[in-house]
Amino acid sequence: MWDITKLVFPYAIAYTIPLMITALGGLFSERGGVINIGLEGLMVVGFFASAVTIISLQIFLPDLSVWIGLLAGMIAGMLFSLLHAFASINLNANQVISGTAINMIAAAITVYLARTLTGSGNITIQSGLPRFDIPLLSKIPILGPLLFSNTYASTWLVLGILFLSWFVLYKTSFGLRLRACGEHPYAAASAGINVYRMRYIAVMISGAFSGLGGAVILVTYSGEFNGSVAGLGFLALAALIFGQWKPLGVLGATFFFGSAVTIANISQVIPELGVIPPLLLKIFPYVITLVALIVFSKSSQAPKAAGEVFDLGKN
Amino acid sequence: MKKELNGVTKSLIATLLGLLAGAILMLSIGSNPIEGFTYLLKGGTMSIERIGNTLSTATTLILTGLSVAFAFRTGLFNIGVSGQMLIGGLCATIIGLTVDLSRPLLLFLMLIVAIIGGAIWGIIPGILKSKFNVHEVVATIMMNWIALWVVYYTVQAFLIDVQETQSADLPELAQLKVPWLTDLFQGSSINLGLVIALLAVIFIKIILDKTTLGFELKAVGFNRDAALCNGIKVNRNIILSMMIAGGLAGLAGLTFYTGFAENMQIGILPAQGFDGIAVALLGTSSPYGVLIAAIFFGILHTGKGFMSAMTDIPPQIANTIIAIIIYFTATSLLIQRLWTKILRKKKNKENTKGGTK
Repeated sequence: MWDITKLVFPYAIAYTIPLMITALGGLFSERGGVINIGLEGLMVVGFFASAVTIISLQIFLPDLSVWIGLLAGMIAGMLFSLLHAFASINLNANQVISGTAINMIAAAITVYLARTLTGSGNITIQSGLPRFDIPLLSKIPILGPLLFSNTYASTWLVLGILFLSWFVLYKTSFGLRLRACGEHPYAAASAGINVYRMRYIAVMISGAFSGLGGAVILVTYSGEFNGSVAGLGFLALAALIFGQWKPLGVLGATFFFGSAVTIANISQVIPELGVIPPLLLKIFPYVITLVALIVFSKSSQAPKAAGEVFDLGKN
Repeated sequence: MKKELNGVTKSLIATLLGLLAGAILMLSIGSNPIEGFTYLLKGGTMSIERIGNTLSTATTLILTGLSVAFAFRTGLFNIGVSGQMLIGGLCATIIGLTVDLSRPLLLFLMLIVAIIGGAIWGIIPGILKSKFNVHEVVATIMMNWIALWVVYYTVQAFLIDVQETQSADLPELAQLKVPWLTDLFQGSSINLGLVIALLAVIFIKIILDKTTLGFELKAVGFNRDAALCNGIKVNRNIILSMMIAGGLAGLAGLTFYTGFAENMQIGILPAQGFDGIAVALLGTSSPYGVLIAAIFFGILHTGKGFMSAMTDIPPQIANTIIAIIIYFTATSLLIQRLWTKILRKKKNKENTKGGTK
């Protein structure tokens, strides 16, 4: 059992990290009052932008190019999310339709451009981030081999962002203002907060984080842009709901879901894991999210004004 | 001159903007947009066979568009058409591969199970919405992915023949393709699904415009609280609406997996489910509008292969155009604002000319 756990853990973490940063992005957007079901598309944009950046730079800057690629993914996701921000904040668009459009545009346009660039539509990078052991910490019994061996630098970057986000959301006035815009935007506006600006920032953070999520997939376990992130953006959305719109909830939920999917994915290779039917593991995140929605239907922590149009002219 | 643009005008402007964006994209990779659009149109219409293919592609889109539009009219957003399609298609495929009946009976049975499968997948979010106030958008998204994996493992366990990524091919008896239609359209993929889709358009038109049920559903869509005050059972109508929307999506699955294709690919959500949102929006959620929009998208999808063979433009341009059209229908306020601005300018000019005010 220990051997299997030791084997599965690094995969589970690698799978969880892009999920986590994307769900965290969704958290900012929804806490600011804008529903973002375009997370999947924003991930694809980051996935694509980082792939293009890395293949064009890899010859000159073999090591640095990966990090520039991650940054490019973030920026691309952020810029693309402006489409959603403009539609939902300035044009009072239905946020679900706008988010759906984001997903569809991203999926189509990235493959369109990739095919123009490479012909096949796939972009393969020469090398991604290396795995490494953290000195000293990896020597700790049990925890060392599980958490601190064979890790990617991006994992620690994302965890750092997660804890920083918690701090920003709950310990700074910016965080308080952002949350106010998602709960009572008119009250926030009457207290002098520029709700439009705060919501723009919220959506742009979600774009940047989702773009980073897509880029992390590329430089860790994928290594190739193929036009799709296979529903990870929607899984992140489920994790955001199951984690009840809280950073630590997102941490727990994404790890929980990430592990379930990882076990299902590798159960074909490791027979010991085949005890639980893979179907149950695969649908588990979605079913449990629906159950959570039912259980918490009376006491949901969802931002009250998420999805609602904010229009100062109206009131 | 009218102050408010009506839905049809907004749809036309959104389409134009979508095509314009497509032209810019073609230009950006150094291709000629006029040439591109010509081949796109030709590819969808230049021969009887291609027209048949356009219609068979439109068949599924008519049904997915109707499903989304029907839910819209009740104020619900059915983003779960893909999942409902998958389950409807799975039920029909199981019957088609295992049951031995005379052809009319077999096809009828497949039709019924496809409706039931889709309806069950639609009714669950309906119940969650009405009993527990779970937002149907979230619920249907979750149901999509549950459907994806249910189909994946069911097909893999029971319905695989040779290839691991798709179910066994249906026998000809269990397909919606019939020789006289295929011959009439010179070997195209057109099939009986088109008849089903056209009947569905008429059926939904009658329900919405001529029945008490339709009146109640629309009342719930217009103003839920007012409907409740007037004794309309809102919760029951929400469940019913999702059930019918799911059934329509199930039919879409039937036409796609047993008509257009002859087996089920696993591991992908059918894109037609999301295209259905575009069809419904562009068709202003009216049955006839859906029909026209679906044929338009049918041309784009059928013509894209020909266009990409004749030029350097990748076929994804069609999907991009459709997606951008959705974006512009969602942001129709932008169009409206520009329109009002133009009107105001005109008025100001007239006022200053007349010297009044």
